[in-house]
Amino acid sequence: MSETIKTDVLIIGAGPVGLFAVFELGLLDIKAHLVDILDKAGGQCAELYPEKPIYDIPGIPYITGHGLTDALMQQIKPFNPTLHLGEMVTTLEKLGDAHFRVGTTGDKIFETKCVVIAAGGGSFQPKRPPIAGIEPYEQKSVFYAVRKIDAFRDKRLLIVGGGDSALDWTLNLQPVAKRLTLLHRRDEFRGAPDSVNKMRALVAEGKMDLKIGQVSALEGADGALSAVTVKGNDGSAARVELDAMLPFFGLTMKLGPVADWGLKLEDELIPVDTAAFETSVPGLFAIGDINTYPGKLKLILSGFHEAALMAQKAYHYVYPEKRLVFQYTTSSTSLQKKLGVA
Amino acid sequence: MPKITFIEHDNTVHTVDAELNSTVMETALRNGIASIVAECGGGCSCATCLVHVDEAWSPIVGQPSAEEDEMLDGAFEVKPTSRLACQIKVTEALDGLIVRTPSYQGR
Repeated sequence: MSETIKTDVLIIGAGPVGLFAVFELGLLDIKAHLVDILDKAGGQCAELYPEKPIYDIPGIPYITGHGLTDALMQQIKPFNPTLHLGEMVTTLEKLGDAHFRVGTTGDKIFETKCVVIAAGGGSFQPKRPPIAGIEPYEQKSVFYAVRKIDAFRDKRLLIVGGGDSALDWTLNLQPVAKRLTLLHRRDEFRGAPDSVNKMRALVAEGKMDLKIGQVSALEGADGALSAVTVKGNDGSAARVELDAMLPFFGLTMKLGPVADWGLKLEDELIPVDTAAFETSVPGLFAIGDINTYPGKLKLILSGFHEAALMAQKAYHYVYPEKRLVFQYTTSSTSLQKKLGVA
Repeated sequence: MPKITFIEHDNTVHTVDAELNSTVMETALRNGIASIVAECGGGCSCATCLVHVDEAWSPIVGQPSAEEDEMLDGAFEVKPTSRLACQIKVTEALDGLIVRTPSYQGR
């Protein structure tokens, strides 16, 4: 049974621009919910460059992706946004004027007056290794995520990768697997040192195998893998028999379901007007890296500007009977009350 | 101005001018080399600007840093001469550099 949530605005994407949209909408008494496929807020700032410097946020000479996310979360706190993390928006229908129905992979339905697509480069999804003929095995014996540990009980598993996901699942699945092999392209691991030590101990005790190299070919039938060929860095080839393979090569951005919502896209970007950053569908906005218009720059600061103008137009859909009076946070007592500072 | 040659996986050859102190990744984007994705914009954060440096050039270009080597874990078909193009600075010494681009950058 799906859960139905009513809101003024649904924001798709909790990156910096989606987060700041909560602020601009909140100043206008517009309630927002956010949905993001990642398990944390921040979008690319959190996933791609949490510790990397950003030098072009106005008034902030230097901040990291993580720092900017934290600052934005603090800034929007007065508006109590609800974040639905680890979910992807899959369906979007317009039911009437200022009335959309939006569905997520988390089995939630949103009934909302406006929708703001702030999805950046699209949704983060696992990188698929370019091994010839891998598709028929996906979700049958090749998995990019673990939903139930029990599904791997008594199986011969091959985990591929050298980061925390590969190491964490190695440690979690080793006790239930019939035999587990970890494959990585080099004998150095970037995961947490504690996990690396635990994995090395299991190898030393003979409880699992560690191989260095890359998968070059697959064997199997009807979606069931039976073996893979592992090419070593010295050019040698070895055959590893298995029942399931779990590749963990990190995430990449894919446009995803946005392409199915009937919008006319230009190079996987959503064209918008520059008065309100609204799409060809009234009440459906696109802000940040995912939109395009003449002169568009993919900068966080441009997305902030777009969020502010979007909010002004969204106000008319949410409060059609009211007149919007423009105010400054510096001088308006009513805005300061909303921010909890007056 | 140094020249860099990109050979794509389908053997399309592009020889282009490279600005000094820019990167090989930026040079690729400026010249429309589609097989360089550069998802993160040059932050050594995504491994979608992988190139295989020509073997003769590999000693001149050098080896990846520890940070770059970590990012290469998220790339595919990594070879001993593979680098992330965003981490190769264009210098006079690289005039004539040849790099090959993969068919797939993970997306």
